[in-house]
Amino acid sequence: MATYSTNDFKGGLKIMMDRDPCSIVENEFVRPGKGPAFSRVKYRNLKTGRVIERTFKSGETVDAADVMETDMVYLYADGDFWHFMDEESYEQVSADAVAVGDSSKWLKEQDKCTVTLWNGAPLSVEAPNFVELAVSDTDPGLKGDTSGGGGKPATLETGAVVRVPLFVQIGEVIKVDTRTGEYSSRVKS
Amino acid sequence: MNNPWPPTCSAALLHQRAELYQTIRSFFAEKGVLEVDTPVLSAAASCDVNLDSFSTELVNGAQRSQKLYLQTSPEFAMKRLLASGSGCIYQIAKSFRQGESGRFHNPEFSLLEWYRVGFTVQDLIAEMIELLMSCFSQNMAFQTTNYARLYVQMTAIDPHHATIEQLMDYASAQGNPEAVEICGDSLSNGLDYVFSQYIQPRLKKNVVYFVTDYPVCMAMLAKLSDDTPATAKRFEVYFNNVELANGYEELTDARQQKARFEEELADRKKQGLDKVPMDHNLLSALESGMPECSGVALGLDRLLMLVAETQSINEVLSFPINRA
Repeated sequence: MATYSTNDFKGGLKIMMDRDPCSIVENEFVRPGKGPAFSRVKYRNLKTGRVIERTFKSGETVDAADVMETDMVYLYADGDFWHFMDEESYEQVSADAVAVGDSSKWLKEQDKCTVTLWNGAPLSVEAPNFVELAVSDTDPGLKGDTSGGGGKPATLETGAVVRVPLFVQIGEVIKVDTRTGEYSSRVKS
Repeated sequence: MNNPWPPTCSAALLHQRAELYQTIRSFFAEKGVLEVDTPVLSAAASCDVNLDSFSTELVNGAQRSQKLYLQTSPEFAMKRLLASGSGCIYQIAKSFRQGESGRFHNPEFSLLEWYRVGFTVQDLIAEMIELLMSCFSQNMAFQTTNYARLYVQMTAIDPHHATIEQLMDYASAQGNPEAVEICGDSLSNGLDYVFSQYIQPRLKKNVVYFVTDYPVCMAMLAKLSDDTPATAKRFEVYFNNVELANGYEELTDARQQKARFEEELADRKKQGLDKVPMDHNLLSALESGMPECSGVALGLDRLLMLVAETQSINEVLSFPINRA
């Protein structure tokens, strides 16, 4: 297993802490007064998302975490697992609800997602920044209102609910920013 | 990775550094303090357990070579000048410390170090305030505070009577049980760790702090007071969470100095660190008689960071270590 010393620490480096894979957020070298050198490190636990702060003796080593971000195509869900495929190797992985998390409401078959793998198993799934989804249900609203002001809730084909302008109708396809969960535009078919 | 040939600092920063050096040189010229130049290479090294010197070989013919060390500060050579009768002196000196890289550190850095014959710590602090006021264009707030008072106020620990266990328990309670691995059984390490983790970040913004009267175990090259408890006549300067300078009323007693070096070398051995040669020339200089004086080393790159309000030392250096 590869190891990293505090000298290698930088944002984005994946390390094992307390048996969980973590990603370094920030590393600051400190040498107080005439005292001992150490690193003040912030890291995110990739399983829980929690950011933890602790200090490391200068030169201390930690195990590297075998964490990889790969682009994969979402295939289907079977009720318990979401299945993804690497388009180059055709290798498939299945992610549980914990790994998929909030991304599940944006996932549409054949969408390309970023899957973070830890020892080959999905740790988290990130939906594409923008997804195009059909509106399955929304209030008919007022015809002719194109101002975009106000807005109304719309349920999308994946079950996600977003606020859309009043002119958006059932059956139309819209583009949504998954990072904010906000309506972006209508997609002309 | 970016192409590493161009400087990491802006053209404006090159000018700001030149102006800062001009200000410093005029300041000392007016006060009759002599600018000196001492070698960066030395046959001796700092014995400080927490300092790691760079070393190199001087090749004298095919058979003989001599190990030389790059200075971690110009202190020893400047003290030899003082003992030789130089009078008050200052130097802008490149200094080198292994393994120190970060937002506030570069392994090669610039120090302004000056010594004032007949000055006490209080006299030197007053002069440093004067110098800082001429370096910063805006008005500044200054505060002199006693190390123990600050420690008690922020942590309720009396640093003059603290034990390493007490300090590590405190760190643990603050969420840093790993402090033990960093500090070992060294009381001064423990005091430094707790100070930097829980006191320094809580100092007021935009106030220059002069922290004085250190515990005896942190005396380094400072004289001790006759008070009870005895304190080290040492001060450190902090500004906006940056440690800017460290000064002493200098130890002039050769025997005490030798004893401190030997203690440090014993500690180095205990920790399995390189054995380094202590500076016998410094000890001889002290034996021949060094005038009573106070001296301080101020990090010039950090001063420039504070003057120019930059976030990282790389913004004030032409070529930091990864572009050197």
